[in-house]
Amino acid sequence: MNISLATGLPVASMIASIVVTATAGDVLTASAMRKIGDLDVIRAHSGLLGAIRAVIASPRFLGGVLCMALSFFALLFALNHADLSLIAPASASLTFVSNAFAAKFFLKENVDRRRALAAICVCIGVALLAH
Amino acid sequence: MLAVFTYTCLPSMTSSSKSTMTFPRYLILATVTLTASLGDTFLSVGAKQLGPISLGHVDQLFAAVLNPWIVAGIVLLIGFFASYLTALSWADLTYVLPASSLGYVVIALLSKFWLHEQLSLYRWLGILFITAGVGFVTRGPSFTEHAPATEELNAAETESVSHS
Repeated sequence: MNISLATGLPVASMIASIVVTATAGDVLTASAMRKIGDLDVIRAHSGLLGAIRAVIASPRFLGGVLCMALSFFALLFALNHADLSLIAPASASLTFVSNAFAAKFFLKENVDRRRALAAICVCIGVALLAH
Repeated sequence: MLAVFTYTCLPSMTSSSKSTMTFPRYLILATVTLTASLGDTFLSVGAKQLGPISLGHVDQLFAAVLNPWIVAGIVLLIGFFASYLTALSWADLTYVLPASSLGYVVIALLSKFWLHEQLSLYRWLGILFITAGVGFVTRGPSFTEHAPATEELNAAETESVSHS
């Protein structure tokens, strides 16, 4: 197992922390935006400030931002102890797959074969870019 | 960049009647793509400059926001976040994420043609896979219509028609 010498933590656990918090942040944010509705329409009615107010007043959005902030610091922490060429592609490619599952089960999105294939292609592509 | 987007995105505008995508919306996806990849790159440069941070001094992570590279990365990521939220308000998460993954290809091509780095066969294959994934997802519908959302969408379309 690949273990960071500085922290004693397995690198896999750092990557898992990034993936879980990033996925939770994406799903909560997407759920909030779906509930709020088309921002172009809101901006046309209430202006830019009205659109910003509608977004930041959503508890789901705030929960998503909290998870994204945790993911940001987890990424910063991991980049400090392991190579960018390992952390960035591994966390990014795994997040595509975990997001596809989470979107299907939590957001009830229509993740058909086309979208599943796209997520897998991007996941493989991002992993290959690390070589 | 625009050529790749045109190649992968324009067919979906004509082949899917359920697509909610328009040209300005593709531009927003392009903004998501560019700001995310550049922002992440700036952050990685800043993180390397900070040096190792131990678990006992996690508070040092908060001092990271004083680094210019990290500040620039955060500014770009704020732009990313605004365009990302806008995109999520009219498209599915499983559409926006793969569609905006062309940023990885942009970074790889910049390193090849601007920084004159060598791209291995693996990286060219990676570019091929990502472009294929983007092509797959952008040719399909961009929005899953749920019952309440459909009513809101219809109301919004009616209002936008009456305004125009």
